[in-house]
Amino acid sequence: MRDLPWPAKVYLAGVIGTAAALIGHSALTSGLVRTENLGILLVLALLFLVCESMPTLLNVEQFAVSVSFSAALAAVVLIGPEGAALVGLTAVLSVRPGLPLVKRLFNGAQFAICGYAAGWVYQGLGGVSGVPKVNAFDDLIGPYAAATAVFVPLNIVLTLTVIRLASGVESMEVPLRGLVQFLLSYLGYGTFGLLVAGLWATVQSISAVLVLLPLFVARWAFGQYYAQQKSYDATIAALAQAVETKDYYTRGHCRRVSTASGMIAQEIGMGQERLRAIRYAGMLHDVGKLGVPTKVLQKDGPLTEEEFAAIQLHPMRGLEIVRGIDFLDEAFAGIMHHHERHDGKGYPMGLAGDEIPEFARIIAVADAFDSMTSDRSYRGARPVEVAVQELNKGAGSQFDPDMVAAFVKALDRDPWQPPRRVDPPQAGDVDTLTKDHDDPTMPIEVVSGP
Amino acid sequence: MSFRGLDSGQLLLIAAAGLVAVAGVAHTAAVGLDHPEIAVGFGALIAVGELARLTMPGNREVAPIGAAAALGYTLLLDLSQNQLKHTALQVVAVIACGMMAGALPHLAVGRPPRMDAMARRLLTGALLAFAFRPLADPLYQQTQGPNPTWWPALGVMVVLITLTLLVDVLIAAMLRAEQVRTAFRVAIRDEINMAFPLGAAVAASGVLLALATHSMDLVALLVFAAPLLVTQVAFRKYAGIRATYLQTVRALSRVTEVGGYVEPGHSRRVSRLSVAIGRELGMSEPELLELEYAALMHDIGQLSLRDPIPGGATVLADPAQARRIAELGAEVIKQTGVLDGVAEVVRRQTEGVTDDPPLSSRIIKAANGYDDLVGGSTDRDRSSAALERLRLGAGSEYDPAVIASMSRAIDRRRFDATL
Repeated sequence: MRDLPWPAKVYLAGVIGTAAALIGHSALTSGLVRTENLGILLVLALLFLVCESMPTLLNVEQFAVSVSFSAALAAVVLIGPEGAALVGLTAVLSVRPGLPLVKRLFNGAQFAICGYAAGWVYQGLGGVSGVPKVNAFDDLIGPYAAATAVFVPLNIVLTLTVIRLASGVESMEVPLRGLVQFLLSYLGYGTFGLLVAGLWATVQSISAVLVLLPLFVARWAFGQYYAQQKSYDATIAALAQAVETKDYYTRGHCRRVSTASGMIAQEIGMGQERLRAIRYAGMLHDVGKLGVPTKVLQKDGPLTEEEFAAIQLHPMRGLEIVRGIDFLDEAFAGIMHHHERHDGKGYPMGLAGDEIPEFARIIAVADAFDSMTSDRSYRGARPVEVAVQELNKGAGSQFDPDMVAAFVKALDRDPWQPPRRVDPPQAGDVDTLTKDHDDPTMPIEVVSGP
Repeated sequence: MSFRGLDSGQLLLIAAAGLVAVAGVAHTAAVGLDHPEIAVGFGALIAVGELARLTMPGNREVAPIGAAAALGYTLLLDLSQNQLKHTALQVVAVIACGMMAGALPHLAVGRPPRMDAMARRLLTGALLAFAFRPLADPLYQQTQGPNPTWWPALGVMVVLITLTLLVDVLIAAMLRAEQVRTAFRVAIRDEINMAFPLGAAVAASGVLLALATHSMDLVALLVFAAPLLVTQVAFRKYAGIRATYLQTVRALSRVTEVGGYVEPGHSRRVSRLSVAIGRELGMSEPELLELEYAALMHDIGQLSLRDPIPGGATVLADPAQARRIAELGAEVIKQTGVLDGVAEVVRRQTEGVTDDPPLSSRIIKAANGYDDLVGGSTDRDRSSAALERLRLGAGSEYDPAVIASMSRAIDRRRFDATL
């Protein structure tokens, strides 16, 4: 609290004060809750607390959605604005560990204010508070929707404001697509409150259990999914890295190419699913290298045509290995064609310009960049600026100019962390290459003819 | 497994489901539909659920939304306070038609349904319908009159659903035991673990649907499917990543082959044989998954070697080197930070039984030894000679129980191949 900037303190005090004033006013004028509603209030408050204590049902990058607010909305219908406010106020008691008192107070207060606002809107539009009649369901829908439409944005604005004031960030960068998705899922969860309220007359609190059971199962499954996803990402990285252990200097290459490819893809506005796919493709782009005999990779001096053909085969070998995985087809194309050149002089197929799949054009830039900015046995790492110059020089001949431009822009915003300096290995300990097929400043020389 | 066609148990199940479906449709066609608009509404939801079916880990096909809709229609007592009296046979007819309609688009794009899974879904629905529909009228009367109460109805619903789910698990376990040749008690445990979360969600949504129609009309059905929709999305994502995970490990285990460290197909054959042995020994599904991962990656340590061992036959390589490969492989797998169990199995894969390694390590050691001697060959004599040679090491190098199970697994495979 002490290290908060003063506008944040004022704001916090304002929100908490407003909530206290509203609740105090209700208590003095009309009495908070009639005694026959205490049971309902208790059940809904419990419901609210349970949901509030286990958030992140659905993650949309910056936000965690919890369905607790649907309990407050159910209270709007069943008890009225005061009930909704009291249910929201229980956020103070949230069992989430490590939450400081100020945050608890603020959460409770802002939920209480939202509850009041939603309740007034609900009643203003002709909604009747109290357990609805069994056949009055249709009359609930309109006012309830309006109450949700007030509650959710108000809740978001109140919370975002405090985050902004407290962290001093001028404007939160929230992608529009994410925000829309978030709002939709939020409104969707709002219907659960309607279900609880609408079924109350029939089976009372059991309705809450029936609605929540599938949700908790879903939460469990989402948890399993995230755990598996994390485990999967770690596994794919470790396996890709294992392929590289053979060469001392290229360690971490796949991980960095994956990162850089992701940066470019994000810059040109790829969607979530494709973004994930290109990260995997970047990670696995060189697995086929194992099929190239070590003596060819390590050969000093120009290669014979046969040896060069072996090198040219590695993207196809890579494709052969990963083909059994259920990736987007684009990821396969990216691995297969990451050594094509914009002018059509690359391998394995000699595609040019737009014939080269988008994923491959991206990986080609990331691949060359990482090769130049990391140490090799025959040279030290080049600074990022030099590597960017090289990329610009190759734009239009080796690289797609659009991708180079996107990468340069992304680098401006997110400075690149070059790998740590690699100390030369102890002699005979590991293998080192005397050339790197990815390095655009050291083109592979091929002896033509017999 | 499924390539061999259908087992006798599956055929029986499909025949039974076909009979029930025909009886239901014929009877309903003869006497006419009770409240056709409701039947059509629920039938449509069942069709949508069938369209959105998904495959859970272990190649289990499920259709949660369809199952919940079928459940809801079975449990329906009234619609906006008008009593409904559809018979169990009508329920069966609606479920059958809905499933058929939902399967058609899949068929059109060349994805035939798993007949046994569909038959099981239909039979489970039919079972509950025949148990519950006769009780529908007395239960409805309880909810009317001067002292209306829903508790008896709710209680009967919960009990019958639980029983039906149990029967469903039993059938699934029986089919599975026959299909993948695992012990029945292991199959039951696996099926319960798999069915419980999704079953709970489906049951709750089904009851919700039935109760909802008491106070609202059909349009709101869609609203009430919302909680289940969230569940479905979550499970689809989970099943998807599980499948991709396994495919990726399978695919990447081949890098050792492409690099010339091991014979082509070695990792895959060792993993298949290991899983078959594990099943013989009664390992559960999570244990089998760990075993499969370890078997697929058991040679990954060779990538850290400067030059491939000729032929890659670790059984013939010198023991110190084999141990070193195992250590290096475990190191690589440890890097993931999540597969510590797998890493431990790989690390101890070279140990003799006297060192008391984990069961999975013993299995991999035996399967690896067998494949090093036999390779991709299907020659009978060679296989028998290899088994004979491994038996010599039983008790010191190899676990006798593992060798015995391996011999059974190989015999069975031979027998299946002659079918």
